[in-house]
Formats: sequence, C-alpha cells, structure tokens
Amino acid sequence: MSASMQLHYVVSSEDFTRAGEASSDVKSKLKKLGFSPDVVRRVAIVMYEGEINMVIHANGGEIEVVISEEEVIMKLEDHGPGIADVEQAMQEGFSTAPDNIRTLGFGAGMGLPNMKKYADVMEIQTKINVGTTVLMKVAVS
Amino acid sequence: MTVKELIESGKFHSINEQGDCTKEITVPFCCDLLSIAMSKAPAGAAWVTVMGNVNTIAVASLTEVSVLILAQGMKLDEFALKKARSQNVIVLATAMPIFETAYWIYNQMHE
Repeated sequence: MSASMQLHYVVSSEDFTRAGEASSDVKSKLKKLGFSPDVVRRVAIVMYEGEINMVIHANGGEIEVVISEEEVIMKLEDHGPGIADVEQAMQEGFSTAPDNIRTLGFGAGMGLPNMKKYADVMEIQTKINVGTTVLMKVAVS
Repeated sequence: MTVKELIESGKFHSINEQGDCTKEITVPFCCDLLSIAMSKAPAGAAWVTVMGNVNTIAVASLTEVSVLILAQGMKLDEFALKKARSQNVIVLATAMPIFETAYWIYNQMHE
C-alpha cells in the first residue's frame, strides 16, 4: 500500500441494530489489505467499543479512520454530554449505562478500558455538554 | 472438531448454517457480557451464550468465532437472524444450560 487510505463513518443515534457496521467495514478492509490478524483484531475491538459508546452515551457521532503501512488511526467524535471524570470512566467496572443497555449485554464498564488496553495510543478530549473526541492508534509493526 | 461435525452431532437445533462449516473449533467459550466477549473470545471458538440480539452477531463476526451457540432455549430475533445470514455467522441453539453445552463440546473435542 503506497498511500494512506482515509475512511469516514457516521454512527447513528441509539441505533443498536447498526452498531458495529463501521468496525466491521474497517476490519474487512484491513483483512483485504493483508494486515496481520493481531492488528485487525485490535482495531476491530477498539473501534467497536468506541462505536457502542457513541450509541449508548452520545447520540451517535462520526469516525475518521486513516490506514497506512505504519498505523491505523481512528478519531471518534461526538457531541454528547461529555465525560465528567475521565479517570473514573477508565476504571474497569465503572459504567453509567442505563439498565436497558445492560440487558443487551453492555454496560460492564469494560469499553474504555478495552480501548486503552488494545490501542497503542489513546487520548480523550472531553468537555461537559459539548462532546468527546477519542483518538486511537494501533501500530502495524 | 469442525462446525460441520458439531451440526451433524444432532445435539443442536440449527438457526443459521450459512457460513464456513469447515472451520475448526478451537475451544468452547462461555460469556454473556459482550464487552468481555469482544476482548476475550478466542478466534475459532464455539461461543456459548444466552444473549441472542443483533449485537451478539456483531461481536461474533468481529471476533471470528467459528460458531455461536444459544443456550437455555434462547432464540435470535428476526433482525439478528438476518444479520447472522448476511455476516455468515453460524448459529446453533440448545435447551441445555451454558456450562453443560460447553462441557459437552469440550468432551467431544478431547475424545
């Protein structure tokens, strides 16, 4: 792959039936491009968690993905309520997901910790009542 | 043990067989929390769960498990079934509890 590939996705608000489509699409493209199973899996995990978070907490949002030979960069941007305490949100088991979300199998408080664990770089910028931007990078080598 | 062999055992009710039945089952895996399954489900696993919604299919597809098995008589809703077909996620079902299902598969794999 000589040049980088740029992708853009819109994640619908509270649309659980479509959540995961962006991750699935990126995963399929990475596999076709011949990236290693480890990179493909890590990108799929962190992006899916990000997508789900957007649907649960932020009325959807937008995702930009840049794929190059060196890394996969994902920028997830929403205009949701923001995260009041990022440190607390990063703890495994902490969740503010409502009960109806928990009955679907989410809300275990593993989303952000999973993203931190499987991405090589994860940065959160958040402002209450303005929104949250999560930047993640998965290194290819 | 392949997915085809699992289907042919007659132990499970088939919900969606559209997918790669030649896949080898690497290990049985039990989990109902999707975020945990997302990060922990081993590729090639026979994932046994009671969660039968569309997100389960998304996680099964992303983690590349060999087969999804709904235990305790759980069913897929119509939308999830469509998604399973479009994503080629093989789905079986059983009235057995989760542990017994996984234990049965484990024993078949180690016979």
